Amino acid sequence: MIFGEFLSLMDVIYYYDGSFNGFLSCIFSSYACKEVPAGIYSGEDSAYTLFDSRIIRTNPDHADRVLRKITALSPEAAVLLRRGFLTCLPDKELLLLRLIYKLLREGPVFLRNRSDKTFYPVIKAVQHLNGEVHLLKGFVRFSDLGGVLGGEIEPKNRVLPVLGGHFCSRFHNERFFLYDRTHKEALFHVPGRSVIRPLADFQMAPPDEAEARYRLLWKRFYDTIAIKERENPRLRMSNMPKRYWNTMTEFQGEEHFVSPPAKDTFAPPAIQISLPPPPGEHNKSF
Amino acid sequence: MDVLEKLTILTDAAKYDAACTSSGGSRTSKKGYIGNTSTAMAGCCHTFSADGRCVTLLKVLLTNRCVYDCKYCVNRRSNETKRTAFTPEELADLTINFYRRNYIEGLFLSSGVFRSPDYTTELMIQALSLLREKHRFNGYIHAKAIPGTAPELVERLGFLADRLSVNIELPSEAGLKTLAPDKTKGAILAPMRQIQTRNRQSREELVKYRHAPRFAPAGQSTQLIVGATQDTDFHILRLTQGLYDRYSLKRVFYSAYVPVTEHALLPAKDVKPPLLREHRLYQADWLLRFYGFRADELLDEKNQDFDTRVDPKCSWALAHLEFFPVEVNTAAYETLLRIPGVGVTSARRILSARRVGPLHIDNLKKLGVVMKRAQYFLTASGKMADGFRFTPDSVLRGLIAAEQPLLPQQEMVQLSLFS
Repeated sequence: MIFGEFLSLMDVIYYYDGSFNGFLSCIFSSYACKEVPAGIYSGEDSAYTLFDSRIIRTNPDHADRVLRKITALSPEAAVLLRRGFLTCLPDKELLLLRLIYKLLREGPVFLRNRSDKTFYPVIKAVQHLNGEVHLLKGFVRFSDLGGVLGGEIEPKNRVLPVLGGHFCSRFHNERFFLYDRTHKEALFHVPGRSVIRPLADFQMAPPDEAEARYRLLWKRFYDTIAIKERENPRLRMSNMPKRYWNTMTEFQGEEHFVSPPAKDTFAPPAIQISLPPPPGEHNKSF
Repeated sequence: MDVLEKLTILTDAAKYDAACTSSGGSRTSKKGYIGNTSTAMAGCCHTFSADGRCVTLLKVLLTNRCVYDCKYCVNRRSNETKRTAFTPEELADLTINFYRRNYIEGLFLSSGVFRSPDYTTELMIQALSLLREKHRFNGYIHAKAIPGTAPELVERLGFLADRLSVNIELPSEAGLKTLAPDKTKGAILAPMRQIQTRNRQSREELVKYRHAPRFAPAGQSTQLIVGATQDTDFHILRLTQGLYDRYSLKRVFYSAYVPVTEHALLPAKDVKPPLLREHRLYQADWLLRFYGFRADELLDEKNQDFDTRVDPKCSWALAHLEFFPVEVNTAAYETLLRIPGVGVTSARRILSARRVGPLHIDNLKKLGVVMKRAQYFLTASGKMADGFRFTPDSVLRGLIAAEQPLLPQQEMVQLSLFS
């Protein structure tokens, strides 16, 4: 695995904090030290003891320099890097690092050829992400929780930064949040502002009467619109894989469609959506 | 009657309409309004019903009362069924509440002919105005223009909706005469022409004035019923071609006829809907719209119906073996599109990739070419796959096998060890 003539594989592992800037700092370090790590892992990933390891501190200045250089070489590559970082591709850091090295060495021409060895795994993963975003634009279900819309998803990729833009523009006058169960983070939106924040645990509040009613209306519509004579479960499954069904209203059990009787002791835990502190966190250029 | 029951009846009555797309619209989000239409080229499916069809829009009738008596239709006057109607308020409330919960991309409003086409259209305009003006709805609306409606009303409908459609339903005049005696070809084509003209004018005005109102910006579509009459695929496809050429339609939808009634002129009630035929027509429709094929290349007087064994593109390729093999490194885009297994996306990728260096057979799969089909029809740098041999016979068998698992309406015959 030799990337450049002057670079060779070093027995070193990078650890970083898991942020995009942290990853860019890894690229910077690798370039500055003229070494190619055997692995790049974020803090949570499994320990790897065979090699020397180094903890890379996130340096916004270094990250900025890397990103500017890449953008100057090819704006498409910069988008690819951002999106690639959100994918669930195993060893995405290393694959993206290889892509960047090739870009620095050869220029952006190879990005025209999808079957290129370095480019293909990355573009494939990014397409998987884009596809998931596209499907979720339709499959996300919100509930009206006393004026605030709330929804949950279970995506494979970290789709929120990309998907968020769509819903922020569609429901720009609404207050809403969208919780990602897989990555334990949530997008919060109030008119004019949105942020993505880690959220360890989340439990959706039960529906009130009006909400339960609309859920039922939707379920009825869904069941009625199908033409019995054309039933085709296989086609449905290939268009809408089962892993999405979990969070979709029309596939929920009966209890989803009734509002629990009001109790005196029932404290409305609902959701305090009084957010978001710092603006500009949610980067729209994803 | 409560809304749940109305919704059930009016959805059940609307489900045979095939069109349910939100493509082609481009409403960006607007201050003070809720919603936009998806910016992607393709529409956005919100769920898929048990029949595997995409559900994008709240597809309902305003009312299933109808003065017409079209033999093939569940809402015909002579059919004894429960009749009801939404009030404009109920409909607007449902739409906006479904939309906020992201159940739907917008509304597909159709209707039976209540009293007269004009009266029905006025009711539809009322409901849509309420939605657009009071509820400030900026999402997608598809509305039906009913043949025989006054042009002024179609005009007003067009400024509220993103897409209009007039359903032809029966692909020939003879069919109309016998099965839909209240409709005429002229009455159907008149609003289609009007929508086309108005849409073009509106586009021209938009160039001059940025805020000119937009008339049906997502164009118009129509639907043809397949299998209710004796019309051949060739006839239907030629009609489709004509509609695209002369009426600038965005889409023609095909709906396999589901027998809903016993009638001497219609297929019996136990006849299954011709799903495979519908599928072949859609495949051919794509070839017309994106692949540069013409109707008379795919079928002709001698071959009036599609081969059920292979898709129309393969079928064309097998009849034109002299056209192949195509060399992917030099062929023009239009030529690449004619290779079975190469689509619009993979053809573009080939164009882009071959500028970097010559392509070889093993690159093609990564570019998205379906080699199971394409392998018989192309060469890369002068070569086919290593050790690849075939005869015209084995090509046909290979192509049939390649598509088989993907086809609808398969009678699965399970081989048993014990029979």
